[in-house]
Amino acid sequence: MYGFEAMTFNIHGGYLEAIVRGHRAGLLTTADYNNLCQCESLDDIKMHLSATEYGPYLQNEPSPLHTTTIVEKCTLKLVDDYKHMLCQATEPLSTFLEYITYGHMIDNVVLIVTGTLHERDVQELLEKCHPLGMFDSIATLAVAQNMRELYRLVLVDTPLAPYFSECITSEDLDDMNIEIMRNTLYKAYLEDFYRFCEKLGGATAEIMSDLLAFEADRRAVNITINSIGTELTRDDRRKLYSNFGLLYPYGHEELAVCEDIDQVRAVMEKYPPYQSIFAKLSYGESQMLDKAFYEEEVKRLCLAFEQQFHYAVFFAYMRLREQEIRNLMWISECVAQNQKSRVHDSVVFIF
Amino acid sequence: MSTATSSSWGTALVNISPYTFSAIGIAVSIGVSVLGAAWGIYITGSSLIGAAIKAPRITSKNLISVIFCEAVAIYGVIVAIILQTKLESVPSSQIYAAESLRAGYAIFASGLIVGFANLVCGLCVGIIGSSCALSDAQNSSLFVKILVIEIFGSALGLFGVIVGIIMSAQATWPTKV
Repeated sequence: MYGFEAMTFNIHGGYLEAIVRGHRAGLLTTADYNNLCQCESLDDIKMHLSATEYGPYLQNEPSPLHTTTIVEKCTLKLVDDYKHMLCQATEPLSTFLEYITYGHMIDNVVLIVTGTLHERDVQELLEKCHPLGMFDSIATLAVAQNMRELYRLVLVDTPLAPYFSECITSEDLDDMNIEIMRNTLYKAYLEDFYRFCEKLGGATAEIMSDLLAFEADRRAVNITINSIGTELTRDDRRKLYSNFGLLYPYGHEELAVCEDIDQVRAVMEKYPPYQSIFAKLSYGESQMLDKAFYEEEVKRLCLAFEQQFHYAVFFAYMRLREQEIRNLMWISECVAQNQKSRVHDSVVFIF
Repeated sequence: MSTATSSSWGTALVNISPYTFSAIGIAVSIGVSVLGAAWGIYITGSSLIGAAIKAPRITSKNLISVIFCEAVAIYGVIVAIILQTKLESVPSSQIYAAESLRAGYAIFASGLIVGFANLVCGLCVGIIGSSCALSDAQNSSLFVKILVIEIFGSALGLFGVIVGIIMSAQATWPTKV
């Protein structure tokens, strides 16, 4: 019953909610980012980060540092936090936490399959995988030749199995099919997650459906923009859009027929929440679109912390950390390549 | 036994011994109060423990929330003791007299009032205490302000105790003839 969760939530979720709110307090602030943006070298970045929660993770790294090392160690912190929470959680929180990582699993599967297609070494690919999305038989993905084998050999034992029913074909894997496979899997995953949250009910359902709807709409826009000028037909494009969200179903009808970015803008400006995003871009420009979407996402994620006694704070914390790691990667790259003037192009401040 | 020949709910109720009602009242007064206190303490305690990991300074101040919840159980104990001192034995001819029934109902009502007022008070203080611990961990200037809300919440239990004690003062059994 919505409104009375306060009476029983703390039995199973009180301790973990307090922990995740403690983690949130450790996210980098604007002052931290300003310090980092003024660093001259990666060693300076390491020094500034040693005062934050990333300190213990970066401490033992020898100089000279690489940007990939910084990102890897910061991701390790996220993974440690996540695993600590997962092992303390009971149902249904543990299922909820596992759902958060399925997106990374899908990305890892696609990474390995694409890499194998381009004849890279499996070990090298495994190192590039996101640690939150690892599962046991991931290395055997390199063996599969087409999607049916992929499913039968490896994926049927993973949590991704139910998402495959829509995209099993016997065609050989190539770049186009792999992108379509990624988007089909992600669509199935988002819909499954959405249904799961609706079943949980209460504040979790309300906040998560808003966050997932934004995610679905953002993916629809990205799919549209990325498939302009490719051989993807309109029907195929429509099949990749999720069945929920603000844009469903009329926005999807209009997005499916868009042929350039100005048409996409015209469609999106009919929806007030997205109108403000597209208003920030001048005509014909799409590079800032990613940053505008990230800013909107961060705003919504921060709002999730305003309510107590629900699970969306866990999702919000994971996403905010990932955004922070993206920020750190951008800053490190700018500093390493001496392009500090471009630092503010892509850093999204959280607080 | 009173000589009742008709069978109706009213007659059934009047034929239940007033001591039954008194005993139930005393049981509810302590039992349900303690339920409310325990509920409040676990709600506050679980949040407090988790939040204190990252912000250890909040532990000592936020024990006040737990103390407010505990006070609710103490009210229940006090009223239960007061109520049981009001029990007197009356001769068997007087058990179903109007005066006895009145005394029994007064003790029953008093126990019910105190029990349920303390139940919701404990719950209220517990939920506020949980939010207080989490807010204090983020921003220590919020603690005192949220404590004021908690004080208002704990006044609910006091209202229940006051009315309960006034009711129990009504519980005068008939004097032995």
